[in-house]
Amino acid sequence: AARAAAVAVGYLRYLRGGPGSGLQLRELRRARRQDIDDVGHKYYLELELEDVLDKDRTVNCTAEVLYHLGSKTSAPDVQLTVQGELRSTEEADKEFYNRIRSLEKELVAENIPDSHGNVPPELEPIHLLAWVASGYVIWQNSTENTKFHLAQVKHVKQVKRNDEDLQFDFVVLLHEMVSQEVLPWEVTLLWHPQRGARVPQS
Amino acid sequence: DQVLHIVPETIQQVQHLQLLCSTFTLDLWKPLLPEDIRAGEDLHIRVPAPLVQEVKDSLVQHMISYRVLIPDVQKLVDQSMPREKSSHREVSGGYIYTEYHPMEEIYQWMTQIQKNNSELVTQHILGKTFENRTMYYLQISQPSNKTKKIIWMDCGIHAREWISPAFCQWFVKEILQNYKTDPKISRFLQNLDFYVLPVLNIDGYIYSWEKDRLWRKSRSPYENGACYGTDLNRNFNSSWGSVGVSFNCSSDVFCGSGPESEPETRAVAQFIKNKKSDILCYLTIHSYGQLILTPYGSTTKPPSNNEELMQVAKEAAAALKGKYGTSYRVGSTALILYSNSGSSRDWAHTIGIPLSYTFELRDTGTHGFVLPADQIQPTCEETM
Repeated sequence: AARAAAVAVGYLRYLRGGPGSGLQLRELRRARRQDIDDVGHKYYLELELEDVLDKDRTVNCTAEVLYHLGSKTSAPDVQLTVQGELRSTEEADKEFYNRIRSLEKELVAENIPDSHGNVPPELEPIHLLAWVASGYVIWQNSTENTKFHLAQVKHVKQVKRNDEDLQFDFVVLLHEMVSQEVLPWEVTLLWHPQRGARVPQS
Repeated sequence: DQVLHIVPETIQQVQHLQLLCSTFTLDLWKPLLPEDIRAGEDLHIRVPAPLVQEVKDSLVQHMISYRVLIPDVQKLVDQSMPREKSSHREVSGGYIYTEYHPMEEIYQWMTQIQKNNSELVTQHILGKTFENRTMYYLQISQPSNKTKKIIWMDCGIHAREWISPAFCQWFVKEILQNYKTDPKISRFLQNLDFYVLPVLNIDGYIYSWEKDRLWRKSRSPYENGACYGTDLNRNFNSSWGSVGVSFNCSSDVFCGSGPESEPETRAVAQFIKNKKSDILCYLTIHSYGQLILTPYGSTTKPPSNNEELMQVAKEAAAALKGKYGTSYRVGSTALILYSNSGSSRDWAHTIGIPLSYTFELRDTGTHGFVLPADQIQPTCEETM
């Protein structure tokens, strides 16, 4: 169930995360598993999440994670309902958007956090966007036998675009608990303050 | 060390000063570069203590007048540091426990700790790593005429789990700083000895500092150097090779070529085997996950003293939570984490050590292995 919770959190980060906000799992309150013949295994979860930038703020969330039977190629289905309001990040998002758009040279960074766990404050929004991007990867690639966490952002490069989206090409290092492997993954993320984030299908 | 203030008057003086700076590689505070030294402009240079006289003599010889701006740089530095309790200094000689330290510094720390606390602490050789580095453990033992039971704790079996060796160092400091004043600790020491191995996988730890922060295993080569490292926590002789391992040497859970195939594993196993009748509790410290894990990893069949194991662990988790509210889950590895075999904790239990635990310290995935140094203190305080 903890593995399913990691999938739910990844999915939620992809859906709702941004440069100004990131959610992490505070506690898995309840979980139950249902085996559906010819379909797969479904986990019903009750999660308590906290805002990483404002730890006293928590939201509750119910999630259903369905792992399809025998399928190595399809992502688990996730449905979630968030109870309560997430903090509005409109101001911070706009500020970040304008800051990046006005950069002369495209942003490049590596090793976030550094070996000692530090993230310089101006890179924190990029760090949170990496959570969004890795949330997508984790959701898409998890199975009942894996539990992924973002270990570190190895490299990030901004790519300037003609449209209004910001584009960041990430190399993220994902730690897989069961095999203990650390796997590098390339993922491109597009983000816009009103439209939110998406990973383009290549 | 002293800082000198000089205002060169002529070009010759400038040139001589530039020569001095480069010959002795002096630390220029103002300007930053020797080529920016100008006649009529302020020059501040820091001169290391052993060179002070020689430099001053040279200035006098060339009729360059100077003024001592800072007579003792170290004193100024010390004054500007936040005041630490004097007992901190005695125990640790100024060692910063809220930072991560490379292996060289940990070696020096062990020597210092023994020197400063020789009535209680002795440093011993456990064995050697694959790359031939010496593994030392610290024995904290109050002299007494009764034989005492032993609590063994090892840290850093997995290279990337930096919070683990940080905890071992913190633990030692806490005991030594407070044993005279804290009744609980002094009672512990009356009846128990602590044996602490601050870094078990020294080769791996160094590699994670120098080459790959997320390295886990040891550094022994396999297949003619095609891949490196054994997961030392899959290498012990407890259902070795049966589950949760890989026989592929490039895997992060590669269990080695056989049980105890690695020198680090043998060093620990031999020692513990020899002392097993006196060892009450075996603790091995890892990260991350916030878990207190009991045997076994290779089977869900509970160990014979499971009730006792669980009760003690639950009390520990409750005490831990009382400090900062951090939740730790308690249970057997097979049930709450994953299946594995060859772990040190399982092995310790199977040879007869009644209380055997793996601690997975902070956090639960937000930072994972790269836990920021500002969490060292709260993590260690709650775990104490």
